[in-house]
Amino acid sequence: MNGRRQLCTFVLADLYFGVEVEQVREVIRYQEMTRIPLAPEVIAGLINLRGQIVTAIDLRRQLELEARPAGQLPMNVIIRRDDGPVSLLVDEIGEVLEVEEESFENPPHTLERRRRDFLRGVYKLKDKLLLLLDIEKAISVAGANGA
Amino acid sequence: MGASDRETGVAELAGGMDEIIKEFLVESGEGLDRFDRDLIALEKDRSSRALLDSIFRAIHTIKGTAGVLGYDKLVSISHQGEAVLSRMRDGVLLLSPAIATALLAMGDALRHIVGEIADSGTEGDADCAEVIAKLTAVLNREKPEARSRQAEISGRDADAPPRLGDILVTANVCRPEDIEAAAELQQAGDPRPLGEILVAQGVAQPQIVAAGLKAQSDHRDLGSNTIRVDVSLLDKLMNLVGELVLARNQILQLSGTLKDTPFAGTSQRLSLITTELQESVMKTRMQPIGTVWNKVPRIVRDLATAAGKQIEIQMEGAETELDRTIIEAIKDPLTHIIRNAVDHGIETPEIRRAKAKSATGHLLLRAFHEGGQVNLEISDDGTGIDSEKLKAKAIAKGMVTADHAARMSEREVLNLAFAPGLSTAARVSNISGRGVGMDVVKTNVERIGGVVDLQSTRDKGTLLRIKIPLTLAIIPALIVTSGGERFAIPQVSLIELVRSEGEHAATEDVDGAAVYRLRGSLLPLVDLNRQLHLECGRRPESVNIVVLQAGDRQFGLVVDEINDTEEIVVKPLSKQLKSVACFAGATIMGDGHVALILDVLGLAQMSQVLSEVREQALSEHAAAAGDADGGCQAWLLFRIGKSGRIAVPLSLVSRLEEFPVSMIEHYAGREVIQYRGQIMPLVRLSEALGYDGSDGGERLQVVVYSANGRSAGLVVDEILDIAEQTAEVHQIHPAEMLQGAAVLQQRVTDLLDVPALLARQKLLTGEGVQP
Repeated sequence: MNGRRQLCTFVLADLYFGVEVEQVREVIRYQEMTRIPLAPEVIAGLINLRGQIVTAIDLRRQLELEARPAGQLPMNVIIRRDDGPVSLLVDEIGEVLEVEEESFENPPHTLERRRRDFLRGVYKLKDKLLLLLDIEKAISVAGANGA
Repeated sequence: MGASDRETGVAELAGGMDEIIKEFLVESGEGLDRFDRDLIALEKDRSSRALLDSIFRAIHTIKGTAGVLGYDKLVSISHQGEAVLSRMRDGVLLLSPAIATALLAMGDALRHIVGEIADSGTEGDADCAEVIAKLTAVLNREKPEARSRQAEISGRDADAPPRLGDILVTANVCRPEDIEAAAELQQAGDPRPLGEILVAQGVAQPQIVAAGLKAQSDHRDLGSNTIRVDVSLLDKLMNLVGELVLARNQILQLSGTLKDTPFAGTSQRLSLITTELQESVMKTRMQPIGTVWNKVPRIVRDLATAAGKQIEIQMEGAETELDRTIIEAIKDPLTHIIRNAVDHGIETPEIRRAKAKSATGHLLLRAFHEGGQVNLEISDDGTGIDSEKLKAKAIAKGMVTADHAARMSEREVLNLAFAPGLSTAARVSNISGRGVGMDVVKTNVERIGGVVDLQSTRDKGTLLRIKIPLTLAIIPALIVTSGGERFAIPQVSLIELVRSEGEHAATEDVDGAAVYRLRGSLLPLVDLNRQLHLECGRRPESVNIVVLQAGDRQFGLVVDEINDTEEIVVKPLSKQLKSVACFAGATIMGDGHVALILDVLGLAQMSQVLSEVREQALSEHAAAAGDADGGCQAWLLFRIGKSGRIAVPLSLVSRLEEFPVSMIEHYAGREVIQYRGQIMPLVRLSEALGYDGSDGGERLQVVVYSANGRSAGLVVDEILDIAEQTAEVHQIHPAEMLQGAAVLQQRVTDLLDVPALLARQKLLTGEGVQP
């Protein structure tokens, strides 16, 4: 890793998150969604990504954050997966950051338990904390893991 | 630099070797399949030179290539097999069952080793001595007197195209002497080709020689007309065409709004080309059903030999083509059905003779296209399914109650064979009859949108019919709107569309069990909005019902709007959505929006319309076991006289009808009506039960009750409702034709004892007035 890694960052309810750049296929603006009746509520719907149908996961719901204010449209962070892409709905897209491995720490215990489960750790930046999202957990849906 | 060059050179060579071995494995597999097939055909037609040549060629090719690649076991086995086959070609040996068995065993041994090579890269440690010994034994037993005149024309390489002279002689154009004379001229130094000499001598017409030459070259070209293509490439092509269809749909929609004539023309052309391309690409993925059937003769031969049965297989429509995904999906079910037929359907020769049937049983496989679907039929002339035995078994297993079983139609009983855990085979063989299988067959077929139907007559045989769609990737679908969302419904499940307006819009909706009277029979309704928890946006004065087929049952799906039919490209849903049972996938509509595809079977199961029968049976069973007075069941409520509220179990009602009074006729002092080719006696319930104040209107409301193929009509004053609930039966005071009373929908309701009533009326009992 050479002690450095590149993270694609985004904002979600005033929290600053990052995922490894290699895991991200692309970032796109709000797309119209088809909601899926009876689906688990963390699933926001289906979007048409240039002819491919992609399931969108509402990350605010997944992390049990308060709902997105009405009128604010989410952005899509499209995650690359072997069994087809998945979209994470976030509030705002940030820049791609290069972070130092020395600044990495395990999730602080002060974080709410549920939210801590979705994190792999925290990078201490100069002015704020960058939360490293656990993609595997973020895209898994209770009772529907295909198992 | 030089060193690295050499390395890549070696790597390339190894890569090339891999390719050659891969090709060898594929070719050998195909060759062995052909070998099996032709050998079994040769058993039927022992004089066929063509079959024998094909068999010989298959083994000869394997031996040759295996030798080049250094697979010694393959060489030694196929060498011995070739020795047997060449004696057969020389006419020294004639194919006997023993020889066929030895040769088939050789094929299996070769196939096994080929499999080993594919898996591990080596021939494995299987012992081939036994197979070789068997073949040697066959060679040593040869009978010289079997030499036939066919020996004369052997000795030529079977792979070579036929000679022009042979073609002309076979076609009765020339005499062999003429050809010989011409050949002698050639040998004497005549530079002209044989055909020219024949024409010059006036022996043959130029056009006949030309035709002969063409036949010869056709034979030569056979190999170069086809190429091998990786299946994944075809799948990719299919996906791309799917995308193209979507883009085409979007452009068509755009051209509709633009009102630009040249653009509209170009879009139309694009549309036509896309459709044609889609069809052609679909064709590349099509395989004849024969590719699956090819294995059948071998399976049947093995099973029949093991069970001491004689079975003749007939196949019709082996060239019928299906998408390869569907071929894959039906392979196992088909094998299972055939095993069942051989194992349990067709009897041994002794039993067959005792039943005055031919000693040889017949198995017929038939495939044909019909209405955009493929029909597969597997029929045998065996023992058939014993429906009484099936019933008894189902009752013993607690799947139906004796009472319910007695009321089941023949078809319903036969369909019990598809229920999990039922097998009527008295004897469990190692192949079938363990009670698993038929339910799996049904599930597999239904999973690909197919339907299974079973017909059987005792001692005459069984017919199993499977209807399956041609392809799964692009399907025609009906688009509906409900709760503001669009949904696609696969057209294969669609029966009809009903739109009822105004007064007739009355769907009878009670206790969550809504029904619609569709031409007199009751159609259970499922409200899509309610099922999917969507907000209801429909006007109350009209109802749109999509009548759907789920398994062997129909139900009506109530939607807000019915839009249009469209060709849709089916895309699977991601694993996050696996828990949602009512969607079969998603598709992209012409406007780029995603629409969900409804899984009709899943929806039916979710809303419980499909499991009604089983649940009813279960609840009856539970009732019989515990509280004998009633379980949760559906009741038909009706009114007789001014205030008589009567209920009968809905399961006893075959139809609800309305007749004008003028249709009533009289027979033997009783009111009758002509109904479905029968004379149906009527019973006016208000009179029979002593209620007064009957409406006596112009139209009769009749509840039709059927038993043993005959019907009786119960005339009531008004059909009130259908209630699905537990009825606690109270015996307030004994009444002859009532089972008692129960509180249904918060009101005291008399429960009519229909059999007692009809017995009292001397109807349907065999001694009544029924003609």
